Amino acid sequence: MKALKVFFNGVLNENPTFRMVLGMCPTLALTTAAINGIGMGLATTFVLVGSNLVISLLKSFIPQKIRIPAFVVVIATFVTVVSMIMQAFLPELNKSLGIYIPLIVVNCIILARAESFASKNSVLLSIMDGLGIGIGFTLALLLLGSIREILGAGTWFGMPVFSDGFSPAVIMILPPGGFITLGLVLGLLNKLTGRAE
Amino acid sequence: MEPLIVSSSPHVYSEDTTARIMRDVVLALLPAAAVAVYFFGGRAALIMAISVLSAVVTEAVVQKLMKKPVTINDWSAAVTGLMLAFNLPPTVPLWLPAVGSAIAIALVKQAFGGLGHNFMNPALAARAILLAAWPVYMTTWADPIRGAMSAAAADAVSSATPLAILKGMEGTEAQLPPLWAIILGNTRGCLGETSDVALLLGAVYLLWRRVINWRIPFSFIGTVGLLTWILGPQGLFTGNAIYHIFSGGLILGAFYMATDYSSSPVTPKGQIIMGIGCGIITSIIRLYGGYPEGVTYSILLMNVATPLIDRFTMPRIYGEVRADV
Repeated sequence: MKALKVFFNGVLNENPTFRMVLGMCPTLALTTAAINGIGMGLATTFVLVGSNLVISLLKSFIPQKIRIPAFVVVIATFVTVVSMIMQAFLPELNKSLGIYIPLIVVNCIILARAESFASKNSVLLSIMDGLGIGIGFTLALLLLGSIREILGAGTWFGMPVFSDGFSPAVIMILPPGGFITLGLVLGLLNKLTGRAE
Repeated sequence: MEPLIVSSSPHVYSEDTTARIMRDVVLALLPAAAVAVYFFGGRAALIMAISVLSAVVTEAVVQKLMKKPVTINDWSAAVTGLMLAFNLPPTVPLWLPAVGSAIAIALVKQAFGGLGHNFMNPALAARAILLAAWPVYMTTWADPIRGAMSAAAADAVSSATPLAILKGMEGTEAQLPPLWAIILGNTRGCLGETSDVALLLGAVYLLWRRVINWRIPFSFIGTVGLLTWILGPQGLFTGNAIYHIFSGGLILGAFYMATDYSSSPVTPKGQIIMGIGCGIITSIIRLYGGYPEGVTYSILLMNVATPLIDRFTMPRIYGEVRADV
């Protein structure tokens, strides 16, 4: 029961993008297409679950003073795994995500969960937390990526959405579109959940 | 018997209301609108009508949704719509002004708190967004339907504006139109920016009604004139300042856009800094930048700097002792 609560806490209440507003660099840079959002989200989820698992296992062996370097080594291990898998099996996606896959190592979401959750909780709860936060991140990136791809390119997952008469607003897949979309979605969600006041 | 009104100070009553000021601006823009219809035909009128309508409807809808009082009667949305239409080429598809006005009102004005809270000029910000979103539509010019330049008829071609020719861009063989054509408005360009005579007529009216003051427009135009003259193409002091002043959106931008109350400084010194800053950025973009025209971006950049300018030019309150002595 508690595990489910931790899971949904990550997806909704502590959604990394819309609630904690962490990991903005990949969020803004990569959501130019829905597929990028899913790819980045799932890669991060994998690293998050793996690092949470290992760190919660090792929590009593890691000395307090060098915990951050220790966390980074663990995270980097999983990032290397993801990076190699993607290069081998999803070369296209790997190419469009580019430098942002290796950069997961310094993603603040993962470090934040390691520091604030995995190093204090049991293995099961840490895995559920990693899954929840990861899925929350994936859904957020998928939402932003979909909005930007549909408006900015007229397609969704590469499939055309509109008839020929539609001319896509290129700005939406350019950097300003990322800021505009994120701001509007954040504002709307805060309004809907009554957090604006 | 008159009811006795008890209120705290100030007691000075002014006729100035938002609606009066905005009506004056609309009135001042009318000559330029008429000239636009004369030179670019009925389509110009249609674009302006759609833009104004979309701005007013968006304002009403957004304010209803946000459960705020609907203030479309203060004319400010109409002014934004008209200003945006003035910034569009005559060839744009008709949905573009509708989308642009909706962006200007919903995104730039209402999302930041409505009238008086926008940190950028809504019409110009919308133009910048449209330019980035649909660059082809926003840079396809057409010759005026009558007059000196109509040799190639009114076919919509991606022909050069006077500023592009000045800069030596696309098709350098193109001849600059005569100065009188540029001043009258018989040239390629956005709907409302071409006719300097009509715009200046409106500007004189606004100055006379004290809706705007001289500081921002004069320092803006003066700076552009000075810089484009000094930094000429064939060495110092060879620039064609007169052409630079009268072509493009400088007159429109300086008198009607840069003077937007909520996005320009309130202190006299600050207004001059704003004008000079706009002038410097405009000149740099026009002379060295990638675009032929820089008025939009210069005003938007100085809009963003406005809170800073106001902060550093705040006048000392009478009797206040300077903190640093």
